[in-house]
Amino acid sequence: MAENVSDTPIPTVVADSVDIVYRVNGTGAGRGSATAALNRILRRKNAEKAAGTRTVHAVKNVSFVAYKGEAIGLIGTNGSGKSTLLKAVAGLLPVEHGAIYTDGQPSLLGVNAALMGDLTGEKNVYLGGLAMGMSREEVKERYQDIVDFSGINEKGDFITLPMRTYSSGMGARLRFSIAAAKDHDVLLIDEALATGDASFRMRSEERIRELRQHAGTVFLVSHNNKSIRDTCERVLWLERGVLRMDGPTEDVLAEYEAFTGDKSDKPKTAPKPKPKAAAQPS
Amino acid sequence: MTGPAPAGRRSIPTPRVKAADVTQVLHTPPPAPVTAEDDLAALAARYGLSVSGARPSLPAYIRQLWARRHFIVAFATAKLTAQYAQAKLGQVWQVMTPLLNAAVYYFIFGVLLGTKRGVPDYIPFLVTGVFIWTFTQSSIMVGTRAISGNLGLVRALHFPRAALPISFCLQQLQQLLFSMAALVVILLCFGVPVAASWLLAIPALILQFSFNAGIAMIMARWGAKTPDIAQLMPFVLRTWMYISGVMWNIDKLTKNHHGLPTWVNPVLKGNPAAVYIDLMRYALIDSFHSSQLPPHVWILATGWAVLFGVGGFIYFWKAEETYGRG
Repeated sequence: MAENVSDTPIPTVVADSVDIVYRVNGTGAGRGSATAALNRILRRKNAEKAAGTRTVHAVKNVSFVAYKGEAIGLIGTNGSGKSTLLKAVAGLLPVEHGAIYTDGQPSLLGVNAALMGDLTGEKNVYLGGLAMGMSREEVKERYQDIVDFSGINEKGDFITLPMRTYSSGMGARLRFSIAAAKDHDVLLIDEALATGDASFRMRSEERIRELRQHAGTVFLVSHNNKSIRDTCERVLWLERGVLRMDGPTEDVLAEYEAFTGDKSDKPKTAPKPKPKAAAQPS
Repeated sequence: MTGPAPAGRRSIPTPRVKAADVTQVLHTPPPAPVTAEDDLAALAARYGLSVSGARPSLPAYIRQLWARRHFIVAFATAKLTAQYAQAKLGQVWQVMTPLLNAAVYYFIFGVLLGTKRGVPDYIPFLVTGVFIWTFTQSSIMVGTRAISGNLGLVRALHFPRAALPISFCLQQLQQLLFSMAALVVILLCFGVPVAASWLLAIPALILQFSFNAGIAMIMARWGAKTPDIAQLMPFVLRTWMYISGVMWNIDKLTKNHHGLPTWVNPVLKGNPAAVYIDLMRYALIDSFHSSQLPPHVWILATGWAVLFGVGGFIYFWKAEETYGRG
């Protein structure tokens, strides 16, 4: 995995025993009823628990070091903390314990939240570009590329229609095109490759490879093992917030496929013994 | 792999777990990787890596915010246009909404309650009050939800978070400018002459914007921590509206209550909302004289604007790294 790196690999992202905890309000028992709320007000002790605040320990004690030029896949079953970890690396979610050190500003490939369905595609390209921190000139310069790449205008002048009128595929294509328009130092990609039809998927994978060449390090979250194999040489496997494995793609994926395969084949029985391929005890 | 094995590259394999257990029961995390915390921190320090998501210094924060000024403006304008995008009349509502608002207040306070007695040019007086008050009121309301209502944005993109409350206040300012256009028409209809003093509306609005943005940033920090504040604010704001002389003259109000202590009138007239409302009335309406303004009104207006504008900004920045948590 360090083949393409010079003698001393340069770290770009260091995660040092990271814990991430979400706090969710309004989840206590009997939260809905007024009497329960009154009860909570009267019974002051154990306030946080009584107020229905629940903590979700999404990422537990994860440590890793990522190096320049690496493309790292993040895998794990749904809800195992992959996206959460990615957001913490981007500095968008605070960590509870530990620390994440980064070289420059990692950016998440995602701009959806800044876009507004009531605005035209054209205005959204502009708004999304500005939201990602591009200057007005940069957005103007790349506007045509973004529209061409998305292919929105292939079937007529759709870019001047409000985005809420787009089909889900068209919307996803435009969002990806806006998000991928900027070059990044450390790039974090969350399930972006699953959008659009086959030809657009090919184009996006091509664009991801391009971005990788410009970026120091790429993180990719995906449930598509093929796209992980195609783009990454190293894989982190998170399971329920715990880093289960960290190693070369093939080794980790083999374990992971055995793990997920086990569950689907015979969920009740014990798993068959797995070869300890990648993670040898040190 | 060449060179010394970098610290923390591999985790210790977790103890083998049965698949059935894995899906059902929560286990304690496996023992921490052998690498001590110091090693990773030292490695990061050696290569000059910085802590992700750390709060920038105040000057750096202001620079970042300035770099995002186009986003702030574009976001405000986009929000404003998206607001009435689905309505048939579209942007006409930008002017219609404040006019209808003023009509309702005129009906209740001017006609039903007869507050207009003794106030010359009552309709311009009332409409100016309602519009200027609405600017502060809605800035506070959108400020309260600026972070808590936009967690998706906060968790997806990197930008100084102060951009959100400021952008929302800017949207309210743009809305007010539409209202002011309607107000000019009303003024002319009711025979208020055009005067050079109308130009005073510009500095008054700038000061009020600074005050609003500051208080919106304070509310944004509170609202991010305790979203319940958004439920409470309408009551606080309504009380504030009634004591700020939006629909009536504060002097008349305090004169009618003989038992009131003497400090009540200056306090009511010196509160920021009343100051900005009265300044605008003084600027626009010829029958509203400077004697009706509190003493040192411009100093007062600037003081509120600087106190809240600067204080609110610093207060908001102090919690910058915590926005986005649950």
